[in-house]
Amino acid sequence: MNAPLPTPALLATRAAQRGTLRSTALRDSRERLVRGALVLTSVFSVGITFAIILTLAWETFHFIQLPEVTLSDFLLGTTWSPLLGAEKHFGIWPLVCGTFLVASVGAAFALPVGLISAVYLSEYARPGVRATLKPVLELLAGVPTVVFGFFALTVITPALQGLCKLLFGAPIFPGYNATGAGLAVGIMILPIVCSLSEDALRAVPRSLREGAYALGGTRFDVSVRVVVPAALSGIMASFFLAITRAIGETMIVALAAGGLAHLTLNPASETQTMTAYMVQIFLGDAPAFGVENLSSYAVAAVLFTLTLGMTVLGNVLLRLFQEEYE
Amino acid sequence: MTGAPRSQTARALRNRGFLTLCLACTTLAVLSLFLLLGSVFMQGWHGLVDQEAFKAVFSEGHLSSIPNLIRWSFFTEYASRRPDAAGIRAPLLGSVWVCVTCMVCSLPLGVGTAVYLEEFARRNRFNRFVELNVRNLAGVPSIVYGIIGLTAFSRMFGLIGKADGQPLQFGDPDSFFSLRLPFGQSVLAGGLTLMLVILPIIIIASQEALRAVPKSLRQASHALGATTWQTTWHVTLPAALPTILTGAILALSRALGEAAPLLVLGIPVFITSTPQGPMSNFTVLPFQIFNWAGRPQAAFHDLAASGIIVLLAVLLSFNGLAIYLRHRLQKTSA
Repeated sequence: MNAPLPTPALLATRAAQRGTLRSTALRDSRERLVRGALVLTSVFSVGITFAIILTLAWETFHFIQLPEVTLSDFLLGTTWSPLLGAEKHFGIWPLVCGTFLVASVGAAFALPVGLISAVYLSEYARPGVRATLKPVLELLAGVPTVVFGFFALTVITPALQGLCKLLFGAPIFPGYNATGAGLAVGIMILPIVCSLSEDALRAVPRSLREGAYALGGTRFDVSVRVVVPAALSGIMASFFLAITRAIGETMIVALAAGGLAHLTLNPASETQTMTAYMVQIFLGDAPAFGVENLSSYAVAAVLFTLTLGMTVLGNVLLRLFQEEYE
Repeated sequence: MTGAPRSQTARALRNRGFLTLCLACTTLAVLSLFLLLGSVFMQGWHGLVDQEAFKAVFSEGHLSSIPNLIRWSFFTEYASRRPDAAGIRAPLLGSVWVCVTCMVCSLPLGVGTAVYLEEFARRNRFNRFVELNVRNLAGVPSIVYGIIGLTAFSRMFGLIGKADGQPLQFGDPDSFFSLRLPFGQSVLAGGLTLMLVILPIIIIASQEALRAVPKSLRQASHALGATTWQTTWHVTLPAALPTILTGAILALSRALGEAAPLLVLGIPVFITSTPQGPMSNFTVLPFQIFNWAGRPQAAFHDLAASGIIVLLAVLLSFNGLAIYLRHRLQKTSA
């Protein structure tokens, strides 16, 4: 069989059919096209930020323009009663207070427990133990937050009530309270603290530990006085991230913290966070232009500012205290 | 070291004490997970198991009843006011629809941004800003994304629509290929809103995956005359694919568990139809669980627990799939 020799033109056609273009002009124009498309995708992510800022600022501006609202009342007022009563009050502080109350209960549980667990996993645990425990904790990180809310409502709060009845003879905690929700938030952010702190601790070079052991340090001296301070920037970053998550957490507080916005720091009382207020408004089929609808945008603006501030501060701290080891 | 006790025994004692504290904290962390799973399982398994078949198999030993063990009506029925007749058909299918929509929208955007930042971008001010911006977006609470989704997709800033507030309708509303502007409470609006939530996660995971590909692979490709895009498409992306896929599956499981942003959109709780296309109304599993858990009757709490078991089972299999994929793809590429 005598097949004709393939001509260059035939080869080029075949190459084109296979999708490998030979022309450098075509190749370069495709390169530019792809590059342009990729630039567009990254511009999109910047666009999201601007969309958030502009939308929240615009609607908050409209909110403040309303006759029943003043800016000073919103930023300084201590009464939040947007739905009930003849006179509506829009002072943001009760909601901010509720948010911090729940977040601090969560942080009081999760930060120490998470950090100490991280020290254990990184410095004390045998490799086998660590290899089992770390995936278990990561499993906890994958549980949806609505599940933690259900847990707070049906297990934590009844347990708190039972405990108080046993100790003081009265179930001090009402059915909805800041402690139950806060502890559930704590369990939710625990794997963030533990996993990220552990990564930071493990990144500390071995030579530092060996130096400390050579000076006669016990395992406690080495881990608490050498490794933890050396990893402080990473640990702080994990704390900031966890607290940001706690502040923005919605479903747990919507289920378990109640709906009463008042200025209190009593962790046994019913409370309302910024996120829970938004849930209350949007579950109630708020009309698109009412004062309630606009108030939720204003609350969202405060929440966004707070969490963005925390994220930026966390990044700055991370950069300031980052130590370079060679 | 200041304050360090001199005596050898005191130091040893403190070392031992700290180890005990460590063990206690770690046990507490693990215990909370088991308490969570255990309590949900105890409350929810009744709703998923057919009691008669259960008795037949485990008390009387009729192994032929094993196929009837699962109470399928929980999966095939719509929500109901009567707890024993209620099921998760609508939220289950709604979750599938909205998550598929979300992934179709967010994967190209997320991986594209990561490729641009890692492979194409020069280190100038704009690109550093994009990168910083993505990190900050990852810290924004999901409910804020819900509000943006409501404004931008559900209401389209109030700019589009008929004068009486009704949406513009193109095509037959019951068919797959119809369009409604603004998107309202449709699958598309929900998927786009969830896209906002998981986009930063996908970008960061893909960036890390691309960064882990050895420089030498790219250099070899460039040395053969390939352009940046040819190198990315034929060399870097295939090498990074297992890790990107793992990140994408983890992001998907995050989207599957989100209820807050969709709640803000105003999706219905009670719905007796399944989505027919991107413009259909829908509800999702976490939102149905939230609704059941928020009711005062204990029977609905049990339903919520059954729903949680189904949700967790799906999420666990996703995570398992992620691990399997990574393992499998790494083997074939090696």
